[in-house]
Amino acid sequence: MYEHDVIVVGGGGAGLRAAIAAQEEGADVAIVTKLHPVRSHTGAAEGGINAALRDGDSWEDHAYDTMKGSDYLGDAPAIDTFAKTAPDEVIQLEHWGMPFSREDDGRVSQRPFGGLSFPRTTYAGAETGHHMLHTLYEQVVKRGIEVYDEWYVSELAVTDEDNPNDRECHGVVAWDVQSGEIAGFKASDSVILATGGIGQAFDHTTNAVANTGDGVAMAYRAGVPVEDMEMIQFHPTTLPSTGVLISEGVRGEGGILYNGEGERFMFEHGYATNDGELASRDVVSRAELTEINEGRGVDDEHIYLDMRHLGEERITDRLENILHLAEDFEGVNGLEEPMPVKPGQHYAMGGIETNEFGETCVSGLYAAGECACVSLHGANRLGGNALPELIVFGALAGRHAAGKEMADPLIETGPSDALEHDELSVPTGAPDGDAGVAEPATDGGAQGAVDTRAPTDVVADTATTEEERIEALLGREDGVNHADVRADLQQSMTENVNVFRTEDGLKQALADIQDARKRYQDVYVADKSRTFNTDLQHTIETRNLLDVAEMITIGALARDEFRGAHWRKEHQERKDDEWLKHTMVSWNDGDPDLWYRPVLLEGHDDTYEPKTRSY
Amino acid sequence: MSTKPSQSETETETDTEPATTGHQQRRLDDKRARADDRDEAAAQAETEFDGETVELKVFRYDPEIAGKEEPRFDTFTVPFETGMTVLDALIFARDSYDSSLTFRHSCRQAVCGSDAFFVNGSQRLGCQTQIEDLEWPVRVEPLPHSDVVKDLVVEMDHFYDQMESVDPFFDPDDLPDGELEEQRQSRQNRENIKLSTRCIWCGACMSSCNIAAGDNKYLGPAAINKAYRFYMDDREGSEKRQERLEIIEQEHGVWRCQTQFSCTDVCPKDIPLTEHIQELKREAVKENLKFW
Repeated sequence: MYEHDVIVVGGGGAGLRAAIAAQEEGADVAIVTKLHPVRSHTGAAEGGINAALRDGDSWEDHAYDTMKGSDYLGDAPAIDTFAKTAPDEVIQLEHWGMPFSREDDGRVSQRPFGGLSFPRTTYAGAETGHHMLHTLYEQVVKRGIEVYDEWYVSELAVTDEDNPNDRECHGVVAWDVQSGEIAGFKASDSVILATGGIGQAFDHTTNAVANTGDGVAMAYRAGVPVEDMEMIQFHPTTLPSTGVLISEGVRGEGGILYNGEGERFMFEHGYATNDGELASRDVVSRAELTEINEGRGVDDEHIYLDMRHLGEERITDRLENILHLAEDFEGVNGLEEPMPVKPGQHYAMGGIETNEFGETCVSGLYAAGECACVSLHGANRLGGNALPELIVFGALAGRHAAGKEMADPLIETGPSDALEHDELSVPTGAPDGDAGVAEPATDGGAQGAVDTRAPTDVVADTATTEEERIEALLGREDGVNHADVRADLQQSMTENVNVFRTEDGLKQALADIQDARKRYQDVYVADKSRTFNTDLQHTIETRNLLDVAEMITIGALARDEFRGAHWRKEHQERKDDEWLKHTMVSWNDGDPDLWYRPVLLEGHDDTYEPKTRSY
Repeated sequence: MSTKPSQSETETETDTEPATTGHQQRRLDDKRARADDRDEAAAQAETEFDGETVELKVFRYDPEIAGKEEPRFDTFTVPFETGMTVLDALIFARDSYDSSLTFRHSCRQAVCGSDAFFVNGSQRLGCQTQIEDLEWPVRVEPLPHSDVVKDLVVEMDHFYDQMESVDPFFDPDDLPDGELEEQRQSRQNRENIKLSTRCIWCGACMSSCNIAAGDNKYLGPAAINKAYRFYMDDREGSEKRQERLEIIEQEHGVWRCQTQFSCTDVCPKDIPLTEHIQELKREAVKENLKFW
């Protein structure tokens, strides 16, 4: 068994920032990641990092824009903490040597981004995430923080009390992908989940193959509620054939969207007559699909993003990476032709429920970054707000997890009988009689009211369970290939839980997920090797995707209104009387429980009033 | 073991098992249907897609699986589509024919640096290499001059060790005091380091370098480029610059490079690695002459 004070699961922006912060508080920290840190998907972020750095801008304006962008589903204490802290964190990155793009006076450049009232997006070309990831990893190397790279964390070691609020997390179980060694990792202080996105639940996504929602699913099965999972961002400009992202920076610099008839539809068809192409992402994605669905697309599939008029010099200076991506992945020369684009799954606003310090309701378990829901982005994330989230909440979680004294949180976590509960009208959760390899028994096992085991025993027991599960998967000689289950799941999610959602479609998706869960009971791993067994890893990831897809769809079916990224055909208005609340889903021993927590509109200094959202 | 599609993953032997419950019966029916689908897909790959399939010859090795302990090449027949990359073809082969086919990959867009392979005799990223630009059949091997872990996966530890041996982190002599005060950097200086900061640690350059192949201690192109990135950054001070020069100039540093340009030729991010190494040699000469 390995032992550290703080164990960070995931080596992207949030995980690296959390590890640095925890180490600066004096903790012995280790990062455990299924990739090497520099392979993390933070590296694919292109556009930038929002922070109110300059005269004429203020954190209050950044907070206001973020709350409006969230369609009033963000929690004010999270948004205020975020907007206040982002400038310090951006300057910290600069002090760590990040190669930001510069102005003539040598200061960090900022550019306009969608939904922002001030050009406050700092950037490093159109590869901001790459530079941020490498800058943070460099600091991890400098500090000698231990990294277990290519170790796959498959389960959390959490105690078994009935009420998740009483549970404690004592570590994780992981296996060394290269050797197959399965080991417990005991965390004397805390575990921080920073496992990133869930995009592989969909089949047209900007996300990496590694973005399988492992942290969200593990926390969920350990009893932590997930929040606002239906809030999925579809980015308006992804390449049609691969889903590769074309940065919002293109529109920020002046790029124009045209439909198949050459119309600048954002203005000409009245979708956003003030902000046009720079309206919020949900608005632009819906506009594009409406054009395509009404026959004004190109090949009934995409529209065009044109940046030719910006000129070669400006494009090469600020957007060069876009030229490479369009050429390599779509065969288009962005200097000479408009680029074909369409909406693609991009980001999960929801995630593991945390307070503003990253704490979950399970003692010793934290989450930060895309896997967490603090809730900063509410129903829609603004471009340029994801990267600062990683560093702001990564750092706060790292410090808190290492024991730094901090103010009492304003955001509450954990299930409560006092909150509103709801019933699901369709079957969800674990299929009947599921006692097979698919179901690790972490949630509410035999221990009953109080789990009296020593922390090392909790970790060791979890490791034993995981070993048995892996042996069972490897022991089967025949069965279902997880890749078939995953492909069908992704297809159903993209068909039924996309930009435009209907009640029938959502119910179909839940039925498809039930079917996929049943098929998964027969899953087997054909590769019997202990060495670098990606077949085994992907098979376990697919289990996580099943859970993630279901939480998304449960939330989407429950929320019968139109808010932010969540559009419902039968419910075309935002219903503030009913729905100023978060959708919460708890695993509840395989019988998912749906409940609600009111949105917090009261911030540190001010209370936000929901307003009509127009751009 | 053959990996021809028509001979892979048939499941007919389970069809005769007696089904005891309705649930189990349904599962078996599902399984049969899937097996049929797969056979059909395999048959299609061989007949209907005739003329539009591409053969991949893929290096296979696994130290603990009988039949794979001795390296061999397997042939996979994959239906070709315009726009298909080497990575797409490998994923198809794995998901359709042989789930034990092993390779690193993640972002699919040439930024995570996981999928550098030896494709038709050259180091390339699988995701960035179009099948139609290659000669067929396409031969995919692990990066040369590296220990193979399994199939296309190579041991990266040596590469990481070299990267981390050059003080690969920003280390300024001092920082501005004021609140929210950034360091100033000229656009020109940022431009000077821009290409060097693009490195994605894929290891293609190191694998292509004859010097690195013969001298295990040689820092290699990527690590020297990392040193260049900081040496050329005006935000660091003269003290650190001197320290960096010592690292760069060490016995197994820049002077080993024989300017063969093989690293520059294979770099998927078009970093002028050889030029960067020569610039550092020039810097070293300038410094040394200064102290003469």
